[in-house]
Formats: sequence, C-alpha cells, structure tokens
Amino acid sequence: MQAETKKVLLDPLVDNNPITLQVLGICSALAVTSQMSTSLIMSLALTLVTAFSSAGIAFIRNHVPSSIRIIAQMVIIASLVIVVDQLLKAFAYDISKKLSVFVGLIITNCIVMGRAEAYAMKNPPLESFWDGIGNGLGYSAVLISLAFVRELFGSGKILGFDVMPLVKDGGWYVPNGLLLLPPSAFFLIGLLIWAVRAWKPVQVEKPDFSINHAAHGEAH
Amino acid sequence: MPNTNQSQVLSDKFAGLVEKAKAYAEHILSLANDSFEKTIAVAFALCLVGAVLVSGSAVILKPLQVSNKAADEKTNILEVAGMLEEKTNVEEAFKKFEPKIVDLETGEYVTSMNPETFDQRKASKDPALGVEIPTDKDIAKIGRKSKYAKVYLVKEEGIVKAVIIPVSGYGLWSTMHGYMALEHDGQTVIGLNLFDQAETPGLGGEVVNPKWKALWKGKKVYKESSEEGKEFQSKHHTEVGEPVLTLVKGSVDPSKPGAQHQVDGLAGATLTSNGVNNLIRYWLGSEGFAPYLAKFRAQRG
Repeated sequence: MQAETKKVLLDPLVDNNPITLQVLGICSALAVTSQMSTSLIMSLALTLVTAFSSAGIAFIRNHVPSSIRIIAQMVIIASLVIVVDQLLKAFAYDISKKLSVFVGLIITNCIVMGRAEAYAMKNPPLESFWDGIGNGLGYSAVLISLAFVRELFGSGKILGFDVMPLVKDGGWYVPNGLLLLPPSAFFLIGLLIWAVRAWKPVQVEKPDFSINHAAHGEAH
Repeated sequence: MPNTNQSQVLSDKFAGLVEKAKAYAEHILSLANDSFEKTIAVAFALCLVGAVLVSGSAVILKPLQVSNKAADEKTNILEVAGMLEEKTNVEEAFKKFEPKIVDLETGEYVTSMNPETFDQRKASKDPALGVEIPTDKDIAKIGRKSKYAKVYLVKEEGIVKAVIIPVSGYGLWSTMHGYMALEHDGQTVIGLNLFDQAETPGLGGEVVNPKWKALWKGKKVYKESSEEGKEFQSKHHTEVGEPVLTLVKGSVDPSKPGAQHQVDGLAGATLTSNGVNNLIRYWLGSEGFAPYLAKFRAQRG
C-alpha cells in the first residue's frame, strides 16, 4: 500500500513524467509558461482537477458501462474544471483573466484523460487520487521550470520582481523576446526531453522502423 | 391537529420515496454494466451530480465574481484618468467620479435612467435601448450600439476636470472594450485603456502595455485653430468635428506638424492597430461622442 502510494506520487516526476516521457499536455505548457505566476496557478488547477477527477472516476469505475466510459469521464472532468474556473474568477480574478481560455481547456488536457483511462479505471479511489497528484506534480515541475527560464530571460523577472534590470528601464539586460512567444516553449521542452533522456537512457524510445541497409544499397 | 397529520403523511410519503429510490439504486447497481437500463441510469445520475456541482458553484460564487468584475472596471477607469497609484483606495478615489447617462444622438444628459445601474453593454443588445449600426457606418465593427452611453465626469471641488467615455471596437480576434479619458476641453487625451480584449499576447495584446498607453497622454483628438482646415478654438469651439487622431506605422516624429494627432502603432500588430484607429474614428466621430463633446465644451464656455 505505502509503496504503491509512493510510487504513483514520485514516478511521474522524472521516470514517468507526463510531459517529457509521455509527451502529453504540451498545448497548455506552451501557452501559459511566459510568466511564473500563471504557470503556478495553472499547475495547481491541473493538479487538483487530475487528482479529484481520478478519485471520482475510480469511485464509480466498477459501474461505468464501457459503451459510455469516455463520456462519463468527461462529465466528471468537465464539471470539476468549471468549478475550478469559477473559483479562480471569484478568488484570483487577475490571474483568471491572464489564463483566460486555458483553464477551460484543462478539460481537453491529455494528462487528465490519460490518467483517468490508464489508471483510475483500474485502481481504487485513494491510489487514483495520489496518482493524479503525482502526475499533476510532474506536469507542474516541467511547467514551472519552463516558466522560470522564459520569465527570467524573456523579461528579466521572477514572479514579477525585477532580477535583471532591462536596458529599456536603464539596466543592462537585453531581453530575449523570442522567449515570450509560444514557440520558445517548444524548443525548451525539446531540450528538456533531450536532457532527461541523456540522463536516463531507459526513456529513449526504440525506432518504429529500421532501415534495411542491404535493400538500401541495391537501390543505388 | 390536521397540520401534524398532514406533515406526518408527507414525511411518510417521503420516507416511502427514499426507500423506493434505494431499492431502485440497488437494482441498478446489480445489473450488468452494459445493460441498456444501467447505461441510461448511470449517465443520468452522473449528469445530475455534475449539474448540481456546476450550478451550485456558479450560484454560490456569483456575488464574489460580480464584485471582482466591478472592482476591476473601477480600477481601469481610475487608471485611464491617470489617478491610479499603488496605494490608491479604489472605492475612495472613485467617489470623485460622477456617472452620467448621455443620449449619443443629441449629446444631452438623460436624467430618466439611473446611471448607477445602467449597463451599456447589456443595453446595446436590448431591442428598446440599442440600435443596429448600418454596415457602411459601422467602422468599428461592433454591429450594435446602445443609444445611451455611460460617461464619468471627474470633479474636483465641483469643477469638471475630465470626462471618461467608454469605447469599443473590433481588433484582430476580439472586440476590445475600454475607456478613454479626455481633459475638460474635450480635446486633449489623458489616456486610453482597452483593458477588456483578447488580442495576440505580445503583439496586439500590447494595447494594455503601460508604456504604449502612456504615449496617448496629451494627444489632441480634433484639429486646432492654428492648423489648416476646420477651425478649432479650444474654448469656444462647439462644432461637431471628426477626429484626426490616428496611429502611425513606426514611431511618431515630434518635429513634424500633426504629431500631436499621432500615436505610435503597435509593432507586428497592424490589424489591432487598425482596430484601435477605427474605434477612435467611430467613437469620437459624429456617430459616437462628437455631439456630446461639442456640448461638453460649450457648457464649459
């Protein structure tokens, strides 16, 4: 029991990270990581939604007809996301304005659906809850490191506080504007995946096809 | 007493219903997962729980959300008037602002409506209060407008210092809503704040960048008497003019004539810049607030 909880909590951080290994949830990782504050709230929102939806789905897993299983999961996830969105609008209005549609898009975040289908449908509620928390934390770890790099080098700030004074404000740092645009998150995620797989070669995928060198030679 | 009897009967009925529901739930749970009846029942129960959760949270949190939105609007109005500082108490500072309802066509104040509760955006959709804008006149691409507008007068010791008018117009992705503050001459800009927008972050979204917003301060909306063309005498001019204030590509050369009517365009956001241009042309033109501003200047004498 204990070992299982520990495993589902810690595995997704590096060994089975939803972003770097499973390459899920990329869309929001691109969109909300130009600032630390938005990434933190997004991470919190996604972690809560994943945890509670996994627990809810696990709770009813034995009674969900397989013909409507996906839509049943969606109902639970969507309800929770709307509740989170309402909570943000009530208690963190400025942040909810910045996150705009991306909170609503947690509904389609592959991590939430992925965990529901892969884990919560086969495991009891408590473990599924911890699995959701673990995967949420794995997502958060990547999101926050991306946001750290993007905000620090893109606008010279961390959480809105000046760290490196910009040239236009009379400082010395010339910000890298590319880092504020979504594509930069693609490059950073790519580099991160490279780094993680260089560190843990187990994660390197086998190629789907291998080129047959003999046949290749004949074609010349 | 008949009353106790009645409630007794009711509670009995209720207990009976609960028992029936329990029996039905047990019956459903014992069915095979893929049976038709269970599929329907599970789907219905899930939707019911989801609906209760969603509508419950929406209803409970609504007062908080509404007050957040109102506070945010007030903060933005203060900002456009240049009266927002870090320690400003929004509610306190807002007391200097007097909301008024203006009839856009005549430019007169309307006293029959309560400015506190008037919602201009809602009014534009109301068939009685709003009008469809003809396509050839709809340069800001907003479709409908309210016949009445809510403006704020900024008063200090009874004297009108500035007026704040609501503006809106379509950019690239979204209709941008915001406020423009003009000094008491109805001619000099204090600020433009298009806070409610969904333009591309980093490009068109730069309409909310404080540095860009600062460029608007001191710009003139209409032509002045020293310039060629239509005369504008800042004190006595009461004619309904058309605005000449525009965004230009690149940056404004302050040495050239007409620089007081020009603001730097947004780099990489031509369509949003066009949207801002159109919105100025529409709302400060004769379809928008020009008749009101002419009267506003006249009243100042």
